[in-house]
Amino acid sequence: MIQELFFAYFAFAIVVLSILVITRRNPVHSVLWMLLLFFHIASLYLFLNAEFMAAIQIIVYAGGILVLFLFVVLLMNIREEVRINKFIGAWPTGFTFAAGLLVVIIMSIKSFIVAPPGIYSIDLIKQETHTKALGKLLYTEFLYPFEVASLILLVAIIGAIVLAKRRLKH
Amino acid sequence: MVPLSWYMFLSMVVFTIGVFGFLSRRNIIIMFMSIELMLNAVNINLISLSHYLQDMRGQILAFFVIAVAAAEAAIGLAIVIALFRNKATVHVDEVKEMRG
Repeated sequence: MIQELFFAYFAFAIVVLSILVITRRNPVHSVLWMLLLFFHIASLYLFLNAEFMAAIQIIVYAGGILVLFLFVVLLMNIREEVRINKFIGAWPTGFTFAAGLLVVIIMSIKSFIVAPPGIYSIDLIKQETHTKALGKLLYTEFLYPFEVASLILLVAIIGAIVLAKRRLKH
Repeated sequence: MVPLSWYMFLSMVVFTIGVFGFLSRRNIIIMFMSIELMLNAVNINLISLSHYLQDMRGQILAFFVIAVAAAEAAIGLAIVIALFRNKATVHVDEVKEMRG
């Protein structure tokens, strides 16, 4: 009972906060609501016995990505932003498309078949600790994708510098 | 125990809100935030499936989604800065050089 109540609170908060994120006129408010949203999603991960993912969610999203967003938001003219219309003219098309997508995905959930459970039961994870179990899998079976992810981050660093630096005058 | 379908339903609703925000906002930075919202919805789905199917691979996948989201945010915001420097606007409907 108490689990359902907790889940109901977090689900309600996540849905309301995501609607707030995409409807605020002032982008700074959007970023701050998104910070609260990420904390709620991290606590949802704690319910699912994924402590490491909750920590990563807060460190990477709230600590890294949102700070980046906040810096870029400061570039633009907030005063003009607050005055003009926040949606483009064709927003009913976007709404219809999104609602249709929701209906299609909900209809597709009926054909979902649950696979047989794997070996990582809650007892095993509790005995081995979550971070250790994740790390063992990441550095053995998924070592090659892990290296590819590091390459993606390197490309992102170089690409961001090349795109954002000023052109040299000549 | 909370049933798995509740988590999947929550993930769907958040994903749809992200799709709506991406399609209808005028500000390109909020459009990027909608993409982050969609990626977070996918992460909720992956981690809940990983917990209920007792398999760690879903969390590994969510881990890579977070890494790619960080790279995407860095590159995307650099593109926004380049756009702002050239056009002095962050509104997608004012960038129409490619219209025929």
